[in-house]
Amino acid sequence: MLKLTINGKPREVDVEPEMPLLWVLRDVLDLKGTKFGCGIAQCGACTVHLEGEPVRSCMYPVSAAAGRRVTTIEGLSANSDHPVQAAWVEHQVPQCGYCQSGQIMAAAALLAKKPNPSDADIDAAMTNICRCGTYARIRPAIHAAARGVKSAKA
Amino acid sequence: MTNILKIENPFKQSRRDFMVRAAAVGGGLAVGFGLPATAAQGSGEPAAEVGLWVLIQPDDGVVIRYARSEMGQGSMTSAPMLVAEELGCDWNKVRVENVDTNANLRRKLPWGPMGTYGSMTIRSSQEYLRRGGAVAREMLVAAAAQQWGVPAAECKVDKGVIAHATSKRRTTFGKVAEAASKLQPPTDVALKDPKDWTIAGKPIKRVDIPASVNGTQRYGIDTQLPGMLYAAMMAAPVFGAKLKSFDASRIQGRRGIVRTMAVGDGAVAVVADNWWRAKEALKDVTAQWDEGRNGAVSSTSITESLRAGLAQAEAAVAHRTGDADKALASAAKVLEADYFTPYLAHSPLEPMGATAQLKDGRLDIWLSTQNSDWILTNCAKTLGMAPENIYVHRTQNGGGFGRRGAPVDYAIPAVLIAKAMEGTPVKLLWTREEDTTHDYYRPTAMYRVRGGLDASGNLVGLTARIASPSIAAQFRFPLKDGVDSLAVEGFHELPYEIPNLRIDFVQRDTHVPVGFWRAVGWSQTPFARESFIDELAHAAGKDPFEFRRAMLAHEKRPLGVLEAAAKAAGWGEPLPQGVFRGIAVTEPYGSFAAAVIEVSVDKNGGIRIRRVVQAIDPGYAVNPDNIRAQMEGCTAFALTMTMWGEITIKEGRAEQMNFDTYRMMRLSEMPKVETVLVPSGGFWGGVGEPSVAPVAPALCNAIFAATGKRIRSLPLKNEGISMA
Repeated sequence: MLKLTINGKPREVDVEPEMPLLWVLRDVLDLKGTKFGCGIAQCGACTVHLEGEPVRSCMYPVSAAAGRRVTTIEGLSANSDHPVQAAWVEHQVPQCGYCQSGQIMAAAALLAKKPNPSDADIDAAMTNICRCGTYARIRPAIHAAARGVKSAKA
Repeated sequence: MTNILKIENPFKQSRRDFMVRAAAVGGGLAVGFGLPATAAQGSGEPAAEVGLWVLIQPDDGVVIRYARSEMGQGSMTSAPMLVAEELGCDWNKVRVENVDTNANLRRKLPWGPMGTYGSMTIRSSQEYLRRGGAVAREMLVAAAAQQWGVPAAECKVDKGVIAHATSKRRTTFGKVAEAASKLQPPTDVALKDPKDWTIAGKPIKRVDIPASVNGTQRYGIDTQLPGMLYAAMMAAPVFGAKLKSFDASRIQGRRGIVRTMAVGDGAVAVVADNWWRAKEALKDVTAQWDEGRNGAVSSTSITESLRAGLAQAEAAVAHRTGDADKALASAAKVLEADYFTPYLAHSPLEPMGATAQLKDGRLDIWLSTQNSDWILTNCAKTLGMAPENIYVHRTQNGGGFGRRGAPVDYAIPAVLIAKAMEGTPVKLLWTREEDTTHDYYRPTAMYRVRGGLDASGNLVGLTARIASPSIAAQFRFPLKDGVDSLAVEGFHELPYEIPNLRIDFVQRDTHVPVGFWRAVGWSQTPFARESFIDELAHAAGKDPFEFRRAMLAHEKRPLGVLEAAAKAAGWGEPLPQGVFRGIAVTEPYGSFAAAVIEVSVDKNGGIRIRRVVQAIDPGYAVNPDNIRAQMEGCTAFALTMTMWGEITIKEGRAEQMNFDTYRMMRLSEMPKVETVLVPSGGFWGGVGEPSVAPVAPALCNAIFAATGKRIRSLPLKNEGISMA
């Protein structure tokens, strides 16, 4: 049994140590907010936080996450009110929405490290693919989240 | 059954069919067959059905039905906005629910077609949606007026409140909904003048976005059922090859593996208790394929075939005005150029797949699809079952772009697996590699364009030969007089005033599957057309904007959108040193779209896109902020295509596998996009695809302005041009 801490809760799973964290989250623990897009850590749809750092869970063996804190989109905030989530609604960022859990987790990790990121910081941190092309709204939404601008109304 | 087939053929669905259907739908009331059409009814939550599209709850909550698919284009919000507009409800009390596919079938399609493609939702259903809202409003008013004993015509509706001024009486939708639901719906309702809109035309926040930011949005891939198993699949690497045999001996007894099976005659699947186990095991299953002669086909051989098509004598005529050959023969100057566009994969970020369960004579299938009633028909056909026993549960789509429209290859294998494992729900999921190598690709095409200028630099004649595989033929739709209208769209109804025209088409089908890719023909013909118009403008010594403008003098809408883009971009005003512009105008999907792009180019062919100005005239702008989002997204989609997009064929199969070789634009490469909305009214155009159309030519025309190099083949990465 592998012992994990997911969104603050202890979980135990009986899986192969090399199973990627993504599939443990999705298919074993039924946390469907983290998405599968490519399986080769290219697109970032599977981004979660490991001890606060963004990792692409589709290539991350679950055994390497044992004993460490994992945060998924479901655990980012209690009421969907993380400044990034609020800015995403205010700026109407998502289109199909499929990549957005990963985008939001990447943005939240960036802001945790750099509360006032430059455009260059955003370029470097936000390498996730959005096939709908919502990039034009992601950048201003991150700046808005950094200013602590919260959605007045969803 | 025939009814369904009729409405679902995405090629045959004409505007006229829609209008006929709209007339039939608008006045009719589906009175209970005991079949819940939406969850509000199914969940037992009390709600009165007032007409077809509206359910009212006692607490004044309003549920508006949505019959299409949401895949990011935003019509799950904009379509209900049109209902709400005529209903006169408080938008803040609106909840949107999907119409159930099976209920639509059993009630004989009162909610119309459910397929979502061709930037069609608003333009094809606006009339019956608005009528649906107006019918419900009149029924609610009639119920209130009856209770009060006053003429309905004296009652006013505002944000879900019905008031009678002279008797000073007021009530709410929720209080009269039950009575209203029992009334006969009116057959003749008046619709608002769009200038009086209070909900439509305003930037309304999308109803699906809250769930997309907290992980609760559910896509087909997220389906979870008790006792569900998981399947991974590999189809023949060479398109259409047949499975001869497979060997699963190496995975016998491996943890979680339940079964290995042939799926149809061209694929193998492993079923396991976990998808990752199934996918890993599949790597150790070997298969023998009968490739026939297609294993020898390559991009080179396909392109040679297209090139031969450009030169051959016989071709199907798509359009003819005047005598183009004569005009060219007597022209002062004649230009000729060949253009090339490659195959492209759709690559929606949610991979292909479906979950199916066949049990007790009933099939349930859960999936992301743009075309749920087409899926229903095909499931019935596959299983030889009555369509009434097929239940299609569509979710939000993790991207569509046409991939989940006409093809059914992502669904039928799941049905076959479910049949083999009757009783057990099985979720089939493809890998990204499986998706990239087994798409219905945007066709490759070649264009030979000739144009003749008179001594004053006026375009007196134009011919275009289009050689391409046929999407229509792929899906067995008839070609009219040998012309695939999808391949020639953008050329055969030119807005430019050109006295002599000949547009023809040569069909060059291959074994590589082709399909509808966002903007379809409009994703590629504008590259040839608007680049060549630019070539002609330069040859005539004229400004590319003014050259187009002169030929659009009598076409006010394309002219209007062209001028709007030029004005916003400051066309004609000086640019900073080293910055150059390109322009293009198009008229896709009932709308008009133009773009101006500014670039600078360094010595190594590295381009910086300084600015993209996108203008659109969709007639009416139902949800303006969503239209802007579509224009931004179309820009990224089209720039990805223009810079890097190509699927190449080697030994009969696709060479690209995943995002490392099929490159997508990233945030750091996204240019500034300015969106200009110029809705001129009087018509309804689409917004999900049109803004793809002008991007490639506007960019390539800017590159020409900057470098003197004329780009006639995409993608740009093969032309020595990269993103700086």
